[in-house]
Amino acid sequence: MRRNTIMEKTNIYDRFKPVIGLEIHVQLNTKTKAFCDCSADVFELEPNTSICPVCTGQPGALPVPSLEMFELGVRLGLALNCEINKYSRFDRKNYFYPDLPKGYQITQFFFPLAEHGYLEVNGKKIRITRIHLEEDAGKLFHAGDSITESEHSLVDMNRCGIPLAEIVTEPDIESPEQARIFMEKLRSILRYLGVSTGDMEKGAMRCDANISVVDMLTGKQSNKVEVKNMNSFKFVEKALEYEYYRIIELMEKGEEVQRETRGWNLNTKTTVSMRSKEEAHDYRYFPEPDIPPVLLSEEFIDRIKSTLVELPDERLKRFVDEYKLNSNDAWVLVEDKEVGDFYEEVAKKVNEPKEVANWFLTELFRLYGEYGKDKIHVTTETFNEIIGLIKEGTISRNMAKEIFQEAALNGASPRKIVEERGLKQVDDVGLIEEIAKRVIESNPKQVETFKAGKEGLFGFFVGQVMKELKGKGNPKTVNEVLNRLLRG
Amino acid sequence: MEKEVINKEEFKKLTLRRAFDFLENSNGQKLVEKSLEVIENEDKILNAFISVNKNPEIGVPIGIKDNINVMDMETTCASKILKGYIAPYDATVVKKLKAAKFAIVGKTNLDEFAMGASTEYSAFGVTRNPHDTDRVAGGSSGGSAAAVASGEVIAALGSDTGGSIRQPAAFCGVVGFKPSYGLVSRYGLVAFASSLDQIGPITKTVEDSAILMNVIAGRDENDSTTVDRKIDFTQFIGKDMPKMKIAVPKQSFNEGVEDGIKEKMQEFIRFCESLGHNVDIVDIDEIKYSVATYYIIAPSEVSSNLSRFDGVKYGLRVSADGLRQMYEESRGIGFGDEVRRRILIGTFTLSAAYYDAYFEKAQKVRRKISMKLSEVFETHDFIVTPTSPITAFKVGSVSDPLVYYMMDIFTIPANLAGLPAISIPFGKVEHLPVGIQIMGPRFSDAKLLGFADNLERHLKGN
Repeated sequence: MRRNTIMEKTNIYDRFKPVIGLEIHVQLNTKTKAFCDCSADVFELEPNTSICPVCTGQPGALPVPSLEMFELGVRLGLALNCEINKYSRFDRKNYFYPDLPKGYQITQFFFPLAEHGYLEVNGKKIRITRIHLEEDAGKLFHAGDSITESEHSLVDMNRCGIPLAEIVTEPDIESPEQARIFMEKLRSILRYLGVSTGDMEKGAMRCDANISVVDMLTGKQSNKVEVKNMNSFKFVEKALEYEYYRIIELMEKGEEVQRETRGWNLNTKTTVSMRSKEEAHDYRYFPEPDIPPVLLSEEFIDRIKSTLVELPDERLKRFVDEYKLNSNDAWVLVEDKEVGDFYEEVAKKVNEPKEVANWFLTELFRLYGEYGKDKIHVTTETFNEIIGLIKEGTISRNMAKEIFQEAALNGASPRKIVEERGLKQVDDVGLIEEIAKRVIESNPKQVETFKAGKEGLFGFFVGQVMKELKGKGNPKTVNEVLNRLLRG
Repeated sequence: MEKEVINKEEFKKLTLRRAFDFLENSNGQKLVEKSLEVIENEDKILNAFISVNKNPEIGVPIGIKDNINVMDMETTCASKILKGYIAPYDATVVKKLKAAKFAIVGKTNLDEFAMGASTEYSAFGVTRNPHDTDRVAGGSSGGSAAAVASGEVIAALGSDTGGSIRQPAAFCGVVGFKPSYGLVSRYGLVAFASSLDQIGPITKTVEDSAILMNVIAGRDENDSTTVDRKIDFTQFIGKDMPKMKIAVPKQSFNEGVEDGIKEKMQEFIRFCESLGHNVDIVDIDEIKYSVATYYIIAPSEVSSNLSRFDGVKYGLRVSADGLRQMYEESRGIGFGDEVRRRILIGTFTLSAAYYDAYFEKAQKVRRKISMKLSEVFETHDFIVTPTSPITAFKVGSVSDPLVYYMMDIFTIPANLAGLPAISIPFGKVEHLPVGIQIMGPRFSDAKLLGFADNLERHLKGN
């Protein structure tokens, strides 16, 4: 509605150009927390059960950085085409909040781990300004709606000290949709690398965005607004879209766009002001004196480089070249590493990459969507048999879909199902001819019309024959026979 | 071999070495009993202890400054904000002491969070100097120094950020050693200024300091700032020393240094020369910047290190209407004036608008001072100064913070540069002990202790 009051979406981007930059926090999949030996696997754990003097900020406790965090961070940096800073240092970001036990967060402000990278989204390079390591804060549970309106709040420190990689992009993103695609692509990369689950819904990946709008007609650019609380890919797009139109509306009215931080509200599907930039914190960054600078050796970085797996983009290119898939189809197969691996396995076994891709994109994904991935039991052999059965002419393509579904849901062999249900395709020329003749005899009017030139009726005869054969007739044979009888 | 029975006066004079001999040949419970007895008598006046452990393990009685965690004992840092906080773990040094048969008989008094030079800024009362109870014991490790000087314990641990081990040792006439930064783990020491803090011994003899160093030093996987160096700190103890080249900064005779101290300094130079050592008077002008540099870097780190005392997790929480009010009330009531002053200074010096002008510049000057000291060490083995420009002053007599801060002028450089430095007693001015500070290059700790031990033996005439 909002967009209609202004103008059609197709040309609105030409007039009002969104300028979007993202700040993404990614929980790294390390065994231990960033600066102590507590387990970092705390999802759904009892509150305050994976804690120690270090991560709860006891007096006198000191942080000791984990090497694993650097390994994963460097892997991510290399995958996002960054330069790795060999001199890596930690700094303190000082602020008070009950979920931050030390009163400061250990982060990398002055010397980030990685810089100057990019991620390509639909052919456009989105530049990565920096990637730095830092620690996560705890979780608060308020008795009321918020900390200011609660009689009390409780804090769970399990999450304190879990290593995060913060990824900051340049404001290169040109639409809310592109922002979403960027995030999806990033998640795919994270999973390929094994550095994070990238689950936004579980908070393993969090996204803040900056958006401003340039009026191309006047050349005026609005102030920048920060948007938070977008905890799914869909909401990244929705919140930015909402914000985009809100800003345009203000610009059209000639009103000032406030520099502020706004939060996406799930219930109202709007963004709400959280604080203005004038209230911004001074975090008093300074070098963390408890951790000496970390010097990463050339060998360390090379070793990680040598263990880098094939990334989604490279794989996409290979799928297009090797398997002759179009790039849209290929991306759907590539995005999830597990799916991509499975596809390749099947494609190699069956040796019909395009046919296999079709089965994945239509039938397999439909079943995943309808029943959930864990309910579907297919192996390379399932595809091998199904495609074989069609090729041999034993079953029709339509029948094959039905059998595939049954096989997938029960983890059964398609060939066995065909045998057990007597679904073998009828390929007996004699039988088909007999039925075809009967059909022709009982439909003299249609025959006359057909012969008068209404070629389209051919399908009618095929349908009638198939109906008699209960759908099990080999379409090729049916066609041949009818062709001979009607045209020959 | 030591006899089995020991009286109170004998106990007061006991050194670590003799105490361990005693422990081998008799029931160690005796040592702990004597220590507790002396504490009972002396501490009513001295107030060297914040808490006393009535039932320690059997071992050599030692006092631990109350900013170092001993599991299941209170760690107060002499602050109201931590009153009642029971440490959930042992500091690394405490773990090592326990394993080496030391008995922790109590936690010693200090200036709140170790910020001060007189132990007057303790929330639990001032510690008095055993040599004159009208006077301060120095600080911030005043409790540890007074406890050792009075014979309440055989040795004690202190922490030194700008002179907090050496200055009270000088005031109380005992030995205080600040090791090279990185030799002793800080894990479990409540941080004051992390890049300057170092735990060290306060003892009756230099040898005892070396013995204690062998126990507490070493790389600790819980403290990334510790270094991996195997040093036998006693290797030069009792040995003849070769002739040394000693640098005495002419700043040791600047105005602000009491005449009596200047005279003792001259006497010390003659003493060294009489032993065949070579003494040069050198100009280390950079010393004059050390106090200003220190009072930017230390408060900056303080403002961050003390953020964790927020009333949320432990310690004092003042109930108030709202989160911000709770923070303000808890910290406002929990911290004393001096701590609040330094938090304010540090919050200012770290603020984005002033970071370059203060913190960043102070870091540069800090490097400059380090470089200058290194330069002196290229041609000299040690740098010698008075530990303090004055002797112990009367309780309550110094109220101007700037006068107070200037007392640290000779001790601060060793912290800024991470160097080892020791204060050894060198006679008295009137009835008050004087300390001489000897500073060496980083990680020359064993040689420094050996040299100090050698001087001490000559002074005692054996």
